[in-house]
Amino acid sequence: MSESWILTALLVLPLGMAFLILIIRGDEETVNKNARHAALWGTLFNLGTSLLLWAKFDPTTADFQFVQKLEWIGDVVPYHLGVDGISVLFIVLTAFLMPICILASWNSIQVRVKEYMIAFLVLETTMIGVFASLDLFLFYLFFEGGLIPMFLIIGIWGGANRVYASFKFFLYTLLGSVFMLLAVLYMYFAAGTSDITLLLQYDFDPGAQKWLWLAFLASFAVKMPMWPVHTWLPDAHVEAPTAGSVILAGVLLKMGGYGFLRFSIPMFPLASQEFAWLIFALSLIAIVYTSLVALAQEDMKKLIAYSSIAHMGFVTLGLFVLNTQGVEGAIFQMLSHGIIAAALFLIVGVVYDRLHSREISRYGGLVHIMPRYAVFFMVFTLASVGLPGTSGFVGEILVLFGAYKASSLLAFVAATGLVLGAAYMLYLYRRVIYGDLEKEDLKDMLDLSPREMAIFVPLVAVVLWMGIYPAPVLDVLHVSVDNLLANYNAAIAASEPVVEAVAAGGAH
Amino acid sequence: MEQSYPNLIPALPELWLALGALVLLMLGVFRTNHVRRTVNNAAALMLAVAFFLVFAVGPTHQVTFSGLFVSDGFTLFMKALVLLGSGAVLVMSKPYLVDKDIFRFEYPVLVVTATLGMLMMVSANDMLSLYLGLELQSLSLYVLAAFNRDRQRSTEAGLKYFVLGALSSGMLLYGISLIYGFSGTTNFTILAGLYSGGATPSVGVLVGLVFVLAGLAFKISAAPFHMWTPDVYEGAPTPVTAFFAAAPKIAAMALVVRLLMGTFQGLVADWQQLVVFLSIASMVVGAFLALVQTNIKRLMAYSSIGHVGFALVGLAAGTTEGVTSLLVYMAIYLSMTLGAFACILSMRHKEGMCEDISDLAGLAKNQPRMAAALAIFMFSLAGIPLLAGFFGKLLVFLAAISAGLYTLALIGVLASVVGAFYYLRIVKIMYFDEPADAFEAPESRSIGLVMGVTAALNSPLSFFLISPLVAWAGAAAGALVL
Repeated sequence: MSESWILTALLVLPLGMAFLILIIRGDEETVNKNARHAALWGTLFNLGTSLLLWAKFDPTTADFQFVQKLEWIGDVVPYHLGVDGISVLFIVLTAFLMPICILASWNSIQVRVKEYMIAFLVLETTMIGVFASLDLFLFYLFFEGGLIPMFLIIGIWGGANRVYASFKFFLYTLLGSVFMLLAVLYMYFAAGTSDITLLLQYDFDPGAQKWLWLAFLASFAVKMPMWPVHTWLPDAHVEAPTAGSVILAGVLLKMGGYGFLRFSIPMFPLASQEFAWLIFALSLIAIVYTSLVALAQEDMKKLIAYSSIAHMGFVTLGLFVLNTQGVEGAIFQMLSHGIIAAALFLIVGVVYDRLHSREISRYGGLVHIMPRYAVFFMVFTLASVGLPGTSGFVGEILVLFGAYKASSLLAFVAATGLVLGAAYMLYLYRRVIYGDLEKEDLKDMLDLSPREMAIFVPLVAVVLWMGIYPAPVLDVLHVSVDNLLANYNAAIAASEPVVEAVAAGGAH
Repeated sequence: MEQSYPNLIPALPELWLALGALVLLMLGVFRTNHVRRTVNNAAALMLAVAFFLVFAVGPTHQVTFSGLFVSDGFTLFMKALVLLGSGAVLVMSKPYLVDKDIFRFEYPVLVVTATLGMLMMVSANDMLSLYLGLELQSLSLYVLAAFNRDRQRSTEAGLKYFVLGALSSGMLLYGISLIYGFSGTTNFTILAGLYSGGATPSVGVLVGLVFVLAGLAFKISAAPFHMWTPDVYEGAPTPVTAFFAAAPKIAAMALVVRLLMGTFQGLVADWQQLVVFLSIASMVVGAFLALVQTNIKRLMAYSSIGHVGFALVGLAAGTTEGVTSLLVYMAIYLSMTLGAFACILSMRHKEGMCEDISDLAGLAKNQPRMAAALAIFMFSLAGIPLLAGFFGKLLVFLAAISAGLYTLALIGVLASVVGAFYYLRIVKIMYFDEPADAFEAPESRSIGLVMGVTAALNSPLSFFLISPLVAWAGAAAGALVL
């Protein structure tokens, strides 16, 4: 395809901008100002490019598009990019959140601005690379490479306990990923290629599938995160600067779900079927348990972090019921959560910038002095709860439909998560926004500035648009998801006669 | 008559260094320390010339000195690395030596003789020339370790290295004698012929091979023969430590590879378990013991033990691609180590050099460029993707998996996660902690140059260099493994 340069442009642009920022010279004031502007324009330009990608994307085929393949490291690692209906929207999501992150850090980051912007731009490249890679090694490179900028973002610009959080984040993720690396190496030898498009056609030995599936689970479950390997997330979220939390919740968590979709399900269908119960169990525990934990939180960021884990429980549940509604709902939920969780962290960031506290009990009655803030907060709270008309509703209802098709018990337990979700979010909203304005230092807090409005307005628009008219998003997904499920069902069907034949052979 | 004159062309770099070292020695002895700067510069120049001579000799397979000496694509690769390592250390050494008041003419001369020994090790095609090269190298290194002779720690390091080194040489010699006694030859080419056809070796040869391997494991500081490494690394003057970490390790690794893959390749099944054991032990020791270090030179010692373990993963595979991965790993290791030591050599307060990890606190504010470079080296040493170190690890594990060594690969990746912790700790101290006393700006341009070049090599720019490096290493490995 002639537009194959788009993906490369998406990767190169942020890097190029990072390099430009690197060579900015001058006194600190000027450098900071230029770095901020350069990063903003770079990410905005990338957003435009990603929208172009979406516009040119052909939703009628499940094939990979915008494919670009070049020789790279010997014959082991080619430079191979491409997107299909599953990955293209994650790229758009990433590009959409980046300028918002830069804007959100405009005033709150005052030290080492240059390095900060460079870290974010490099992070953007690695995130887009993850979703655009069509080669196992290239995927791993980007998947792990993103750890370095994120580690620095949490560790340098984070809160009081940032060192602990950054180490926990890094080592947890690394430990999970090295198992995946071994699986990747094994797959390379078993199939004789690291090309994802070819691996999708390859039938792995059923015995090996189990181990490979578990190795990928080790990585994606940490990234997602699934209970019980979720404990790094609340720490990382609480300590990260606002924009770091936004990227973490908005994009990094989605890599786990994307990994399941790209690798675990299509490449190891038999193992996916076999271990679905495990995913269901972990998902339901995540949904119920972390929702209860969220109810008990005193720290706003921690509460939202736990709510993220619960929402990711919906995603994994939807993915592994393996029907159209479930998978499409899961993807939609990931995209919508990417926006909503990001928005909620930004909401917390607004009051944190003013009062430097995330304690819920430090606030109360903000509606009296910050009416615009209260409105935005309400929209995102309700979206997180899954109110019809917001994007949260579409994802959750589709997942519940899918789960119900698989088992009514699954749907029942998952639905309690919705109730609990409403409980903790509304409880948070009541404590922060409603009530009397009693605390002295709250009384002179300013309402949203134009810069902050510029951050929230597009987020609200997207949340409502995806809630009211989700068709453009679902249309992009549809063919690719159908193709995924058709291949999955074919693989399952193909394996069954073998099992019977073996059983019959044993009987003789 | 013709046969009585050996063909000298393949040994040109060695002859050049041998003659040059003697000239420099004479110059130094008779003109004493007035010429130490000249000697230093001349030595660096000689290493550079030797580097070009190595390429002038070229990758064609040539055997000379009655089969004692070999020159091929493999020796070309390894000699280039050794000379790069020695040369880079030599140009970085002066500021430290001047600071400690031990800038004497013997230093460059000893570096040149040690390098000469290493080149001979790389080119050894017989147990005799192996031992000759090894001892020339070792004796020079013993003296270098004790070079700061007025300081107790340095002399202790030298003595310790000497005693343990002598022990290992003893084991090596014993092993050589056993191999000779049971096979009747010390020549690598003949030995390779004896065991290539799947012939069962006598127990004596195997026992001898174990002893030789133990002696060489000491030289590459593979666990459990690593005990000397932390003490010697810490006690020796820092440029000497950098030298230890860079060049001799590569030369000794070349020996191990030539011996196991070039000579005893037919006995893969017999030595593979040994290498697997050395590899696992080194990775684990390197990863866990480094966690508790407070001195950066000690930390680098354990780090180097760990990296030898990772490189041996490639050798354990016992295949050509395994050797290729080992060669690539050593090349990347060289660039990481040289860079890290360039940073360590720049750790200078007003009161003098310092080597505590805590002295790095807040380096990112005081010396942002040096901090960025050291961070690149640390992430690269940890093997995090986007940096060169990852490709080294990727290739050795690739070789291990293709050879079916799943347990080894699993332990390897877990050790690399543990190892990541202490590399990250240095990044944390530099970037997250509040500044300590600021370092003085590095005055030496050559240290800055080495730091900059190696940082660029390890940065994502390495994406463009990995491909030719792998191709070159593949050619080198192909020349060795027949």
